[in-house]
Parts: sequence; structure tokens; C-alpha cells
Amino acid sequence: MPDPVAQTYFGVPGLLLIWLAAAGAFLLFGLRVWRYVDVLRRARPEPRWDRPGKRLGLVFAQVLGQKRLFGEPLIGAAHFVIFWSFLCYAATFGWNLVRGLFPVLPIPYADEVGWVRLLLQVFAVTGLAALAVSAARRYLFPPPRLEQSRDAGLILVLITLVLGTSLAGTLTDSPPVYAALWWAHMLTVLGFTAYLPYSKHLHLLASPLGVFTASLRGDGLPPPSEGAARREEFTWRQLFNGLACAECGRCDRACPGVASGAALSPKMLMHHLKEAVRGGGGPILGDRVKPAEVWGCTTCFSCMDRCPVFNEHVPVLIEMRRKLVTAGEVEPRLQEAMTRLTRYGNSFGSSPRARPKWTQELAFKIKDARKEAVDYLWITGDYAAFDPRVTPVTRGFSKLLNQAGVDFGILYEAEQNSGNDIRRTGEEGLFEVLRDKNVAAIGKAGHKRLVTTDPHAYHALKNEYQWTNGNGRVEHYTEVLDELIGSGKLPVLHKREMRVTYHDPCYLGRYNGIYDAPRRVLRALGASLVEMPRNRDRSYCCGAGGGRIWMEDSAEIKERPAENRVREAATLAGVTTLVVSCPKDLVMFQDALKTTGLEGKLEVKDIAQLVEQATG
Amino acid sequence: MPGNIWVLAEHWRGKISEITFEALALGRDVADQLGSKVEAVLLGHGAKDLASELGAAARVISADHPALAEVVPEVYAEALAQLARRERPAVVLTPLSNVTLGVGTLLAAKLGASAINFCKDVRVVDGKIEAHAVLYGGKIETKVAAATELVVLGIMPGARLPDAGRSAEPPAVVDEATVDLPAAPPIRFKEFIEPEAGEVDVTQQDVLVAVGRGIGSQDNIALAEELAEALGGVVCGSRPVIDQGWMSLSRQVGKSGASVKPRLYIAAGISGAPEHVEGIRGATTIVAVNTDPQAPIFAVAHYGIVGDAQDVLPALTEAVRSRRGKAA
Amino acid sequence: MNLLVLLKMVPDVVEELDIASGGAGLDMDVARMALSESDDHALEQALLLKERMGGTVAVLAVDAAEVDDALFTALAKGADRALKVDAGGVSQAGTRALADLLARVIADGHNLLPVDLILTGTQAIDDLDGLVAPLVAHQLGLPYLGIVTEVTPEPAGKVASVVKEYSGGVRGRFEVDLPAVLGIQSAERPPRYVPVAKVRAAMKTQRIETVEAPTLADGGMALAEVKSMSKPEEAGRAEMIEGTPESASARLCGILADRGLV
Repeated sequence: MPDPVAQTYFGVPGLLLIWLAAAGAFLLFGLRVWRYVDVLRRARPEPRWDRPGKRLGLVFAQVLGQKRLFGEPLIGAAHFVIFWSFLCYAATFGWNLVRGLFPVLPIPYADEVGWVRLLLQVFAVTGLAALAVSAARRYLFPPPRLEQSRDAGLILVLITLVLGTSLAGTLTDSPPVYAALWWAHMLTVLGFTAYLPYSKHLHLLASPLGVFTASLRGDGLPPPSEGAARREEFTWRQLFNGLACAECGRCDRACPGVASGAALSPKMLMHHLKEAVRGGGGPILGDRVKPAEVWGCTTCFSCMDRCPVFNEHVPVLIEMRRKLVTAGEVEPRLQEAMTRLTRYGNSFGSSPRARPKWTQELAFKIKDARKEAVDYLWITGDYAAFDPRVTPVTRGFSKLLNQAGVDFGILYEAEQNSGNDIRRTGEEGLFEVLRDKNVAAIGKAGHKRLVTTDPHAYHALKNEYQWTNGNGRVEHYTEVLDELIGSGKLPVLHKREMRVTYHDPCYLGRYNGIYDAPRRVLRALGASLVEMPRNRDRSYCCGAGGGRIWMEDSAEIKERPAENRVREAATLAGVTTLVVSCPKDLVMFQDALKTTGLEGKLEVKDIAQLVEQATG
Repeated sequence: MPGNIWVLAEHWRGKISEITFEALALGRDVADQLGSKVEAVLLGHGAKDLASELGAAARVISADHPALAEVVPEVYAEALAQLARRERPAVVLTPLSNVTLGVGTLLAAKLGASAINFCKDVRVVDGKIEAHAVLYGGKIETKVAAATELVVLGIMPGARLPDAGRSAEPPAVVDEATVDLPAAPPIRFKEFIEPEAGEVDVTQQDVLVAVGRGIGSQDNIALAEELAEALGGVVCGSRPVIDQGWMSLSRQVGKSGASVKPRLYIAAGISGAPEHVEGIRGATTIVAVNTDPQAPIFAVAHYGIVGDAQDVLPALTEAVRSRRGKAA
Repeated sequence: MNLLVLLKMVPDVVEELDIASGGAGLDMDVARMALSESDDHALEQALLLKERMGGTVAVLAVDAAEVDDALFTALAKGADRALKVDAGGVSQAGTRALADLLARVIADGHNLLPVDLILTGTQAIDDLDGLVAPLVAHQLGLPYLGIVTEVTPEPAGKVASVVKEYSGGVRGRFEVDLPAVLGIQSAERPPRYVPVAKVRAAMKTQRIETVEAPTLADGGMALAEVKSMSKPEEAGRAEMIEGTPESASARLCGILADRGLV
């Protein structure tokens, strides 16, 4: 085919046209992207370049492999195809552009090479098919919270044009048609390039960088700060979330706040960041994001777990919470919890001396780890020690340990709230005080292993505390039960055939990957486990985390997360027991059974209670 | 001859306060023990007629002055001090209420006398006054002796039954006294601010379901409303609930709120702090629901259930409804 | 406006209170001290007035266990000065002696005068022998009003409109010539939260001024003598109804019905 660049159109040489078009497109693109880079440059630093090997691995699996997208299989497959088509087309476009700008180069156009032409055709056809699926999904059966924007529609049209013009170009014999299609293709791509920074399609460029600079710690915590409200108070990586967001809505679909009708929307949060980076306006917190949205998060981590571009919603919210806390703008009940924690080391407002009272009804005395060394140092957490609905379970577990001959002890009055949840409310200083007191107490207590009842305490002790004695092993009590049963120290005497379902706590499952130990325990007891639709990493939060257990429900709540979850459990045929392994889950679901009227149909039991029944 | 027992006769908006009668009853008991008399001191402006209600006192000393129209602690204390210097009583009982708070302290300071607050009872031991007071919100009881000849005692509500201090007869003696008070005091009463009208008057209710902090959240107040409806009453609240904005001020029961006299008072999630208990002493039957078996409310209630209000209130509503259903 | 807030530490009633071996006082080894609740409101009211009208807030307390915490918290919340009177065991000698001491310190200067408003809590749970606000007012010859819930000084700062609580939800408005001493029942807004980090920062960057206690003319004689202390007996306890919420409610309902209440 004759070289389209060598021809003249309405008196203008093709070479000039391509140069003008390319220069114009790249100039527009460059200027706009430079604006964004400038904004990011002025933001707070946040180094994300450590462990480059691991980061590259992430890029391979998640960008090239598109792994997370397959969480929603249909669009995952379609997007995989579109992505690889895009890669192919980006490569060939670059090739063609270079050749078009510099006709002197002795290289053919991409489609003039036999196997490349075939590749282009294959990707065009599969790409167009995938686009059809995407469009059908978007317009005929869209999932909830998918952002329907003109931008999204325009992108579908543009990609169709890109693929279509290329495919048609490979099929035509007519030079004028070929030239027309060639120009259509090149100008569409160049136009797309100029449009890219104004579109959510910027995620093409931003998301691979986002994945490379993803948080490897997976704890949802921002770096140390006094909080952020204005654009420049956030870190570059936090603002970058907005640019990488493709507005797919997976975060909103996962969020218990969104489902319950709260003001929070992780997707809108990303949108506000994007708008703020794009330009001007007042502070992000205040003008764009309201405090009610900020406080609505339970830090369940579902959003971050599902986001295909590895955006980080939770740290942004915590930054804003820190700002509100610094300003003293905290709702009364939460303020009361903070004051109680500061003064008494527990959120119940009880005297620290009352912490060990739950042990009084026991027939044996639990060792005081402050006075004598123990094998297992047991940290119960506040709810397990103070809430009368939970203390029977706590006593039950201590009886199991006793029965199994485990050498264990507690810190008695010296134990403080682990601080995990108050840290997530933005009260970093209070967290440090609690942590330091706990570390001092743990440091003086001779022990080999640490076991916790509460997954929140587990998470903090395992990941956010450091102490030097013991061997650093932190276990959740379900892991201990698993080991005791498995090793025969706690023999199962009465296997009960019961149909149960199990709720994976957020801080045990998503945050720390412990899914199997509790399931092994249930199997060992003879129970048949019926999984809820949302199980393991898809488990649906009870609504207590992130300090929300200390906050008022907002008036707009249609259905509390715990109510939603017990209703899900109630749909399982023949299941009458919802098994939990977190004290807060126990009280949240028990309350939810009452408010949903499911009390006769379903009961909530802690896994330790089932073990007690089976081994006693 | 031991000095007399004086009772500052508190009155407000044209009525003698209940606590005055309680103090008169207490004063008479002390006077009997001491071998002297109880006298009431009535300070005010245009309130002389109220003296006729103070028949429990052997004598009423009445002083009228424009500066005494509404209680300004310094002015009242000054008037009392002048009278006390003339008459030299042994004991002055002042009510610990919002109306006259501070008068007793200032009086004691002016006279260089002992002051003892939070008195629930007063005895005479070896011819000397021994006050029985409660401290720390009622957690500790203490016996206190005065170190001076004159002692000013701040009397808590509920020290005696008010009826014990009422008398059908007017006082035997009413003396008018003059006091010398400043014409232009630095504190001037302007006006009363009434609570929002149009709402319910809890003081007129026969059945009240009261909620405190233990109700947990504003939403749960609906549980109390359902029970109130089933019983034919209304809801009210202790101070923390009103402060949170969960209920209007007109529904507050307690020291700064209303004093109520229902036949049935159900206190749900209320700890029983003295400031609240003060408002319910007139209730015939008090039922308390609280998760803490040590809650002070159980000491004043007639019946108690240890449990979560969120569980008990609906259960009780159900029980009441089915009983009413049977009866109907 | 120059505002002065008087703070007092009182035994924390969340803890179990034990009687000391002499039988005439609390066992102070186990008792923890907390800021008197209405003093916290007085501080909040002072800070609100400073925010509205400008000026300075000074905070004054007598040395006691955990008072540093309260003073640094006040500084972190926005107070400009914090002073602590080092007076041996006067804080145990009763409210009368404490108030006399505070009044003396204020009158002695320490740049606390001239002052427009002295705010303190209306009453504390340990005010056995008097209240701080009227006693300080008396010593300094200033007007006093207690159970205050609103304070609105006029711009000229010579007079304030003050609201106090009566009962039944009724309140009263007074005009008070300044300077004056007010006993605050509750601030116009609940006491603000200040994060732990700010308090710790205040501990590092700000200081509490220590004031030597002036010797009192009458040696701080206590005018009332505590003869004994005891925990109340559980006289007249409610008849407790046991069981599940359902069964207990049913029984209670029966009892109430017998009494003609249902």
C-alpha cells in the first residue's frame, strides 16, 4: 500500500499533518500530565520504592495478569482481552507513529509485517468482542455502583474506533480507503492521547505505577502525620489514588457502609481526590468530603482488597480522621471512648482493677504473668474481659486451656486495650500510650508465645507492636485450639453433627490471612460447615471496626451491616448456628438477631463454646 | 440554754419548697435533742404570707426587703448573717437546692462558722452537733463534728419526709425583722426562662418510663416509648440523655429538671446518681433495670431487674400488652 | 477578657473507694484523682469566651495527685497559663482551706489580677465544708452566682448576662457586674476533646508555673472535723427479680398488676 504520510491532502503534505497532529496531541497530553505531576510533587513524600523485586512481581501478576479483575469473572475476562489488545495496539501504534514521523527510516509499517498483521487482526476481533460484552454489561445489566459517565461511553467508542479502523485497514485493498482508515486510526489514537489525562482512562498509565507503588504492608495505615484536609497535606500516593481510579465501583460494591446506606462511598472518595488533583477548590476535607463520610468506615479492608488498581481508601480516611481528632471535632460517644481509654486503659470506663473480675467465677486461679513466667501469655482484649455477654466465653476458653494442661497466664490489671481500633479513629497519640504500656507489661512478663482472643488485638500485637522477650509468636485463640485438638491435648469426646456457618472476622481473615485454622477446628468437632456466599476474603464486616462500635449509627442507615450478615446466614438451609471467633462479632450479631427478629431461627456461638461442648 | 435551730425557709415563685418542710422536720428533731427550739427564717419581698405555712416552727423570723425578691446568695447570706449575729442560733439549716446554693457557704464564711454540706441527718452527741453527710456522689457516708459554736448545715433533699414538717396550724410567733442591704447590688435578677412549652408535663404523669445513658442510643428510646404507651404513660430522661440531645429539656427528671410523683416509675439504664434520685422521691413504685447489679438505683427502687434495657423493655412491653389483651 | 479558671482534683468514683486505716478518711494510696466534672465545664466555658471575645485564660490549681495531667490538658486545650500552688497537704484539708489558699494566691498577684471573670465548677463531690466559688468570691470581695449554664459578657466587659438553672427545666437570667466569680454547672458546649498527642506536646513545650503557698493567718484550721467515714450499708434494697428478660418481665408484670398499675 502507498504510504499515507507521503500523500498530500487538500494541499497539505501528510508528513506535516502527522507532525502537527502528533505534536499537538503530545503537547496537550504533556502539559496536562505535567500539571498533575506538579501537584503530586508538592504533596507530602511517601517512599514506595523499597523491595523492588516484590513490587515487580505484583506488576506481573496484577497488571499483566490482571489477577484482581477476575474477582468479577465476566468483566475480568473481557478486560483481560481488552488490556492485551491495548498493549499490542500501543506497541504497533508507537511503531507506526515513529515510521510515520520519520519516513526516512527503512522500516515497514507494523501491519505490513505478516505475523504482526495477523496479531493485530486477532486482537482486533477479540478486542471488539470483549468491548461488546463490556458495553452490554454497562448498558444492559450494569452492576450496582458502576459509574455511568459520558467519559466511560466515549472511551468505549474510541477503543472501538481504534480497533475497528485497524481491522478494516487490514482487510481493504483500496489505497484511498486504506489511507483514510490509516489517518482515522492515527488521529483517533492521537486524539485519545490528548484526551487521556482528562478521562478516567488515565488509569492506563497511572495504574501500573499505582500497582508498583502499592502498600506492601497491607494494614491500611497512613504514614505518621497530624492529619490531612487540604490537598498538599496528603501524600503523593494518597492523591495518586484519584488518578489511578478507573471508576469501576468494586470498592463501593464491597463496602458495608455503602450497603447500609451510610454517607461513606469509597468510590466517591477516590473521585474527590481526582477532582482535587485536577485543580483548585478548597480543602478536600470540608469542601468535598464531609466528616460523616469519614467516620462511616469500619476499616474492614474490603475496598482495598478488591481494588484492581490497588488504590488505598482506608489510609486517606484515617488521614482525615486524624485531622478531625486534632481539631477536637469528635462525636460525643467516641470522645467518651477516647477519654475512658486514656484514663482507664479500657473503653468501658471501668476501673483497671475490674479487668480480671471475669476470672472470679473460675474454679482455678489463672497465673499472674506479671509475677511468674508462663508458656502462653494471654491477652483477652476489652470486650472479652468486660462485656457480660462475652465473659462466659472467655471463662470457657480458660477452662479449655486448663483442661489441655497449657501453662498460661494473663496480665491482670496491667493489660490495656491494644489500641488497634483507636488508632484507626485517628488518635495516634492515644494508640502510642496504650501500646507503650502494653509493651512494657509484656516485656516484663516471661512468656514463650502470645495468644489473643480479639482479632483486633491480634492484628496490633502481631504487626504494630515490637517487644524483645518471648519469641515474637502471636497467635489467635482459634490457632491455639486448632493445635490443641490436632495434637490430641484436647480430645474431642462428643462429636456433634451440626450444620453451622462461620463468619471470618475482618482482622483475622482479610488483614492476616487466617481462614483455615477455625475451619479445621469445626471439622474436628464433627460439624458440617456450610459457607455463606460471602466467605473468607469476601466476608462481610459486622460493622464494629474502625471505632464504629463507639459511634452512633447515622440516621440514614437502612440496615446495619450485622443485620445484613445474619440475614445472609439465615438463608442457608438447615443452618441454625452462626459461629464467630471475635468478641465484637459475638455482641454485634447477637444484637442483630434481636433487631431482625431472627432470634428463634439462628443463634450465635463462639467457636470456643462449641469446643467446650465437644470436649467437656 | 443552747441556741435555737434555724431553718432557712426556701420559697420559689410563690411557694414554699418541699425541702423547707423536710428541713423543718429535721430541725425539730435536732431541737428536741438539743433541748431548744426550731425557728424558720423567711426572707423575701412581698412573701410574708407564706409564713402561715411554717407552723412546724416555734417561731418565724420574717424579713422583707426589695433586694430579697429573688435569691442572690450574697444578699441572702448577708441578711441571715445580720439576723444570726443578733439572735445567736446554734445551728442554721440551709437547703442544698438550686435556688439557694451558696447561701450556706457564704453565711458560714461571714460568721467564721463551721459549714457541713451534704447532710442527710443530724444528731446530737454529748450535747454537740454531729452531722451525717454523704460524699463522692453517695459512695461514702461520714460523721462530722463542728468545731465552732455556730454551725451551718447544708441539707440534702430527702433527709426527712416533707409531711413531717407541715403543719395545719400557723406558727405560734411571727416576728418581723429589719435587715440592712445594699441598694444597688452587683447581681440583679432579670427574668425567668421557661422550658419549651407545648410538650408533655412529666410532673402530671401517673406512669413514667425513664431512660438514662444505659439505653445506649437515641434509637433505643423507641423501646421505652413503646412500653410507656402500653402502660399509658410517657417517657422522660435523666440529665445525660437530655444533654446528648436525645430528648427535650422538658422531659428531664432530677435536680435541675422536674420532680415527679408518678404511681409507677420505670428507670431503664439509669445508674441512680443522687441528682436524678432527687427528682423521683415522690414516686410510689420504682422499678429499676440496669446491667450493673451494684448500681445505686437499686437502693432506691422497689423492684429491680439486672439486665440490658434493650432486652427487658421489649419483653416487659410484650408482657404488659398480653396482660392488657387478656383483660380487654 | 482576662479569665481565670480554678481547678480541683477529686477522688475518682469509678474506682472502688476504700477507707483509710484511721477510719476518718479515704485510703489515698488506692484512690485515683480526677478533675472535678464541673471544673472541666468551667474550663470549657472560659475557652469558649476566649474564642468569642479574645483575651487570656489562666488556670490555677492546688497541687494534688494527677493535677499536672489536668493542667497540661488545659494548656493543650488552649489555656494560656497554668499555675500550681505547692502547699503540702492542704488539698486534704477541705474545701474551705483550699478556697482560702486560692483566694490568697490570686490576691497576691502572680499577674493573675486584674481579672474579669473567675470561673470554677459549681460544686464538687468532696465539698464537705463549703463551695469554692462563693468562698473565693467572699475573700476577694467579688460578686458570686452559681449553677451557671450561660455567660455572655457585654462587649465593654463591665457587665455579663448570666443564666442559672433552677428546677423543672426553668432557668433564670441575671445581670452580673464584672469582675465576678461564677460557679459553672455546665458549659454552653460539652467539654472539647484534645488528642493525647497535643497533651504530650504541651508537656514537652509548655510549663506549669509553681507558686509557693502563702502562710495562712489561721494556719488553715479545719472548721469541721471528720469523725468517721464508712461505706453505706445496703439498707432498703430493691426486690430483685431474677431470670431471663422474658421471665423476669412476666413476673414483674404480674406484681405490677397486683398493685393495679397495669
